[in-house]
Amino acid sequence: MVELYDGGLDIPEITARWYQEEAKSNYGAYIPFIGTIREEDGISGLSFDIYEPILNSWFEAWVKKAEAKGAVVKMAHSRGDVFLHESSYVAAIFSRKRRVALEMIDEFVEDFKASAPIWKYDLKEGQRLYAADRSTAINGAGILGDKK
Amino acid sequence: MVRVEFLGPIQKEALEIEASSLQDVAKALKSDAEVADWLDSCAVAVNDTMVADLNTPLKSGDKVSLLPPVCGG
Repeated sequence: MVELYDGGLDIPEITARWYQEEAKSNYGAYIPFIGTIREEDGISGLSFDIYEPILNSWFEAWVKKAEAKGAVVKMAHSRGDVFLHESSYVAAIFSRKRRVALEMIDEFVEDFKASAPIWKYDLKEGQRLYAADRSTAINGAGILGDKK
Repeated sequence: MVRVEFLGPIQKEALEIEASSLQDVAKALKSDAEVADWLDSCAVAVNDTMVADLNTPLKSGDKVSLLPPVCGG
């Protein structure tokens, strides 16, 4: 299961706990990716909506994919408002040797960006504005429309 | 009746409509001004499984979800 939290993530707690969870699993590599809210375009933070049923099935498919390569994947994400210089996302791969984890964290984060059912909003001047220009249509989108 | 839910930034309450396939859902939503502009960019799930075929059959009690473009992280 994906770990979901209201507001910014406690990255030191999460990454230390994951480290401890796998401390005796004989993995030689632990590669986390942490996403932190940057100051940009006058935003005071970001906000997130999440659709949990499909997020969890998407993540479970990745758990199996990682298992097939002898790796473990973990992920935590924020819902609701997250302010500047807080973190909203952390994912990590554990593997026996570094190469599997290095490649998988790249593939996992890219697929997360393109497929995970999470919607981002800019918090700006008291408004919550959908980040349409930074969002990606999920693969296969548009079947109800006129383009397909 | 089929329940149609709109996720994320689509500000619309769920609908209950008669539909025997996604074709029927598409037809109903194209005539709905609040949602018509979203259809070209939305992915679709039936009972929380992503689908890519407009001929996907539906039965009473099914849940159809519209997923607009995403941006996690």
